[in-house]
Amino acid sequence: MPLEIKPGESYGFFTDTSVCIGCKACEVACKEWNQLEGNSPTFLADSFDNTGQLDAQNWRHVKFLDNVPDQSLTSGNGTAWLMMSDVCKHCKHASCMEVCPTGAIIRTEFDTVFIQQDVCNGCRNCVAACPYGVIGMNQQTGTAHKCTLCYDRLQGGLEPACAKACPTQSIQFGPLADLQQAADVRLATLHSQGVTQAQLYGRDDAVYGGLNAFFLLMDKPEAYGLPNAANAGLPSRNDLGGYIAALVTGVLAVIAGLVAFRRRVTP
Amino acid sequence: MILLAAEHFARAPQWLWWILFYFFFAGLAGGSYVVATLLRFSGDPRDEPAARLGFYISLPATVLCPILLTADLGPVSWSRFWHMLIDVTPGQTALSFKYWSPMSVGAWALLLFGFFAFVSALEAWASDRRGHSLLPAAGNRVFNVIGALVGLYIASYTGVLLSVSNQPVWSDTWVLGGLFLASGLSAAAALIALLSRYRPAASASLDRLHQADGYFSALELVLLAVFLITVSAAGTAGRLVPWLALWALALVGVSASLVGARGHMRMQPSGAEAAVGRVRVDTVVVGVLVLVGVLAVRAAVIFSAQ
Repeated sequence: MPLEIKPGESYGFFTDTSVCIGCKACEVACKEWNQLEGNSPTFLADSFDNTGQLDAQNWRHVKFLDNVPDQSLTSGNGTAWLMMSDVCKHCKHASCMEVCPTGAIIRTEFDTVFIQQDVCNGCRNCVAACPYGVIGMNQQTGTAHKCTLCYDRLQGGLEPACAKACPTQSIQFGPLADLQQAADVRLATLHSQGVTQAQLYGRDDAVYGGLNAFFLLMDKPEAYGLPNAANAGLPSRNDLGGYIAALVTGVLAVIAGLVAFRRRVTP
Repeated sequence: MILLAAEHFARAPQWLWWILFYFFFAGLAGGSYVVATLLRFSGDPRDEPAARLGFYISLPATVLCPILLTADLGPVSWSRFWHMLIDVTPGQTALSFKYWSPMSVGAWALLLFGFFAFVSALEAWASDRRGHSLLPAAGNRVFNVIGALVGLYIASYTGVLLSVSNQPVWSDTWVLGGLFLASGLSAAAALIALLSRYRPAASASLDRLHQADGYFSALELVLLAVFLITVSAAGTAGRLVPWLALWALALVGVSASLVGARGHMRMQPSGAEAAVGRVRVDTVVVGVLVLVGVLAVRAAVIFSAQ
């Protein structure tokens, strides 16, 4: 039965990296639907990954992590490359949205984070703020680009292209509550099978208030280039300290100036 | 010493040359206005020429700021600079102001400061032409104080803006706002002293300007030390290493300012003509070194994260 997509409900992705096979169908489907030309082909000599990173032309990026021991751990439980289809996390507390001075970055009726291209003016404050390195600048439009969670498809009642194309159900789309339930079941299954390193990232509110695009990881978050809960801070955490330092400096400087400029000798 | 091993996976925003010079001129614009106001408040009528010089410097420096910022938006988006002030979301057009986003507050502050810088420069010009102020003294002073408060913000918020991000180095410290303010004030005092060569009446304030510059540089030195401590504590001090030459230039500027201040504090206000001549050579050397140092400290901070 096809999923009915309704405005006002929270939607997202649950990306289960334990079943990702690195086929990059998600990358291709994303480019195809969103008419992304892609960057000029380059050979990165880094595993099977020649995409490199998420940016204005790559809204899905399959990471290949091969920093694992060469030896199998046990028979039938060999250590393999870790693969992960990375994407914008559509954070509940989004750093990009917090700092955007133009109001270009909004939360849609599907509870996803979206950059309005006709409002963005290319200041790049969101690029500096995004802790996941998701947002890139499109030189043709002069604006910031990232995954829209296929906003146009959602409006048309269709699931995002990447989830539709994923052949292993590594990328699952749906109402957030359903995805969280499915993730809990999957995690319990893996733990019961002895895969104790499996963990959910962004399922709860420990990271940026929770992620609409959350993950099941097979290693610690840092291994995938994701900040752990201790390092997941919003840019505004530095507002108070920064302004207090400026204020104290300002007071001291004004006093210093008044002292320096006072006339001590009357001619 | 790594107290908090901050890990960053953010992409660099590529804020480079336009932004570097914007930060420099924002420091000069705000700093000059503040120094000019302090001269007017704490000095006597002999300091008025130097104070007016400060207001003169503030205006063109302020005018350059939005030009540099607009240029940084690039050849496609530059015409959307005004989106910083007005949210053009279809059907929801409104003023755009986020008090928690330094870039948003800064855009408004720059607009507001432009008004103060323009009026004060105009007032200084008219006073030079007519020999007395156009505005009532009390009203002018209140105007200057408010303008100086906005100027303090303009000179400092650029550092806070960098910290309010998730970039390595920038977001690992809370000291950048204070650092940029102290160095901006130092640059302003040095530039007013430097340009007093072309406004002889302003050289009556030369010793005081050097002294103030020395105080501001001492503050800057302390803040540089705090910056190093905080960044080291976060484990990202290694990113400063490739830019050691710039840090060295910054320290040269601070040192020159301190040495210049010490020299001028020893001088008598009624010094001989020969002494004034030496002062002017010193002032040029110190002024140039301070300005280069202030530019270098901003370059070092900006490039360290990118």
